[in-house]
Amino acid sequence: MKKTFKGGVHPHEMKSLTEKKAFEKMPAGKQVILPLSQHLGKSAAPVVKKGSIVKKGELIANGDGFISAPVHSPVSGVVAKISQNPNLSGIYKDAVIIDVKEDEETDYLPALNPDTITSEEIIERVKAAGIVGQGGAAFPTYVKLMPPKDKKIDLLIINGCECEPYLTRDFRFMIETPEKLIGGIKLIMKALGINKANIGIEDNKPEAIKKLNEHLAGQGEIEVKSLKTKYPQGAEKMLIKSITGKEVPPGKLPLDLGIVIQNIGTACSVYDAVVNGIPQIEAFMTVSGLGINEPKNLIVNVGTPINEILDFCSGVNDKAIKLIAGGPMMGVAQPDFNAPITKATSGLLILTKEEVGDNEASNCLRCGKCVEACPLDLMPTKLARLTQLERFEEADEAGILVCMECGTCTFQCPANIPLVQWIRLGKQSALKIKKEKQSA
Amino acid sequence: MDNAVNPSYRLELSSSPHIHSRWTVKQSMWLVNLALLPSIIAAVVYFGYYQLSILFTSVLFCLLTEAAIKYIRKRQITLMDGSAVITGLLLGLILPPNFSLVFTAMGAVVAIALGKEIFGGLGNNIFNPALVGRAFLQAAFPVGITTWHQPNYALDSVSSATPLAAFKFDKVITDITPMFWGNISGSLGETSALAIIIGGLFLIFIGIVNWRVPVSMIIGMLIFGGLFWIIDPLKYPSPFFQLLAGGFMFGTFFMATDWVSSPLTNKGMLIFGLLISFIVVVIRLFGGLPEGMMYAILLMNAFVPLINKYTSPKIFGVEK
Repeated sequence: MKKTFKGGVHPHEMKSLTEKKAFEKMPAGKQVILPLSQHLGKSAAPVVKKGSIVKKGELIANGDGFISAPVHSPVSGVVAKISQNPNLSGIYKDAVIIDVKEDEETDYLPALNPDTITSEEIIERVKAAGIVGQGGAAFPTYVKLMPPKDKKIDLLIINGCECEPYLTRDFRFMIETPEKLIGGIKLIMKALGINKANIGIEDNKPEAIKKLNEHLAGQGEIEVKSLKTKYPQGAEKMLIKSITGKEVPPGKLPLDLGIVIQNIGTACSVYDAVVNGIPQIEAFMTVSGLGINEPKNLIVNVGTPINEILDFCSGVNDKAIKLIAGGPMMGVAQPDFNAPITKATSGLLILTKEEVGDNEASNCLRCGKCVEACPLDLMPTKLARLTQLERFEEADEAGILVCMECGTCTFQCPANIPLVQWIRLGKQSALKIKKEKQSA
Repeated sequence: MDNAVNPSYRLELSSSPHIHSRWTVKQSMWLVNLALLPSIIAAVVYFGYYQLSILFTSVLFCLLTEAAIKYIRKRQITLMDGSAVITGLLLGLILPPNFSLVFTAMGAVVAIALGKEIFGGLGNNIFNPALVGRAFLQAAFPVGITTWHQPNYALDSVSSATPLAAFKFDKVITDITPMFWGNISGSLGETSALAIIIGGLFLIFIGIVNWRVPVSMIIGMLIFGGLFWIIDPLKYPSPFFQLLAGGFMFGTFFMATDWVSSPLTNKGMLIFGLLISFIVVVIRLFGGLPEGMMYAILLMNAFVPLINKYTSPKIFGVEK
């Protein structure tokens, strides 16, 4: 029996649109827009001003505070201005805008020897290179490499599930640059001071499993785990359950079980930062969907506006109705073609009516499909109903705050009820009430 | 660069997920109607073309009742969602052959009006609407609803009594084989286990019926029916006879599995199924009626909110 978790769903994979296409580097355009907040935590503080000349790889903003990450320029050029610009959530945030000037020169960090490097040096480098998690949350990676002293870490899990439909970025990393990936995993293991790592891969990617097993032959400390293809296999809690059989309790973190999870792309970035001295200035992403003329896997400078990327993929056809940053299950719908992509953008999807479907909701028929599918064993229809009735305390008791918003319930509901959307709304109020109670 | 946006694109904004499984209520309901087709064919084969008029009357009056009530309540009329057709077919299929069309129409009106719309329509009803209609007819026309006819291909030895009535009142056990094919006396769609199983397995296979309800009911019948049979095989019928007799098979696959009136949780479905079988066995063996399927399901329908409450799944990661 394949390792897996309970519940979950099987969306159409749609990966065949791009899985055979190798990463292609998109040339720099005229301008990049570098948001100072591309990560979870405090915004970076700019060290350049209008008119500053920067080289490719040069630091333009410093990490500010413990949970933050610096930003580097992906191009050589001149700082045009520092101003408010819409980000991928449609919110205006500070960004450094750089006019690109053709220049071969780079200003990377010094290359380090991965064989003699110490744990502290790796963490220092990951921090200096501005690396953030590429699994979606964009959490600064170095923080995860420094677990509190009282937590003993013994397992690193590399998330190669890529359970979101359409996305093939992690798959391409695994089959195009397995050496880099394995090198990055070894560096992360060294930083954590552990000697055991598992790479979790869904069994719809046999090519990746085979490739990595070939490269790992004779090295017992890193092991590939083939997992059943099922959404959301790549959610942290589900991945840990599938690989170790352990359940992360609500309110706890993987590191409470002695586990650190990193994304495939993050591991590759760590390798580049240490061995080649390259900070995180490029995003590796899948551009896909039936609304884009030429789906591709791309390497794009961070800060490139979405419309330039779409143009590079031969544009959008007239059936397109939705633009999404990330995957179709948890990604964010975009209002603006001008917003720049960030370090953690793993995909841009242009979806058509055919893919999105129509969403007229009817009464709940109590069929129980959402309950059966919820990977966290919640009762989505009950939580949504309690939210509609504004009975937030009962919703809290029923576990509304445990919900990770994977969207499985909404996906499955025959009555088309926006269950997870109601739950999101309910979570905010439930959390507020809970906090008020605690402070009272 | 600002002009690069084509103004003709109107981007839809909504919160994730952005794709859907394509399950719809309408599609599911019509698939249930499709799954009833083998039972309808069996009814025609064993009891003649005339029986189609019962099904037609039942469906027609279900649709008319729903439309009328929706119209009076100024709600959108949603007959095409297929749910009133299901109620009509289900009700028709659990009536005896050659049943009065006037009574059928009355049953259909009660099924939709008191079984479904009075609670606020599809999704809000507590009881299975078709069974509410049948219960009304049982109370109002006790003679008509227990007047049985021999099937078309009846062997000489087959009486016009149903196997359960023959057992209850005359201690005659009917052979299992004709009960499987449906060549016995009984309600239109209930006699042929084969036809029911074909439709039922289809619904389980495509994911409309959760297997837990029928499986727990069959296991429940084997346990509770089997228990009495082992205690006294001369006095009590075998559990296999009980599985194929009366409305058990039809109720197992098409009545108890109704989304709206069955439990939400996996554990709840198992408890629901086991208890229905227990009540059926008790009514059949110790009650005054030969058959107890209808009352067993209606009774357990009433317990569904309670079952849901006490079978909420343990949240992932929470210690037991």
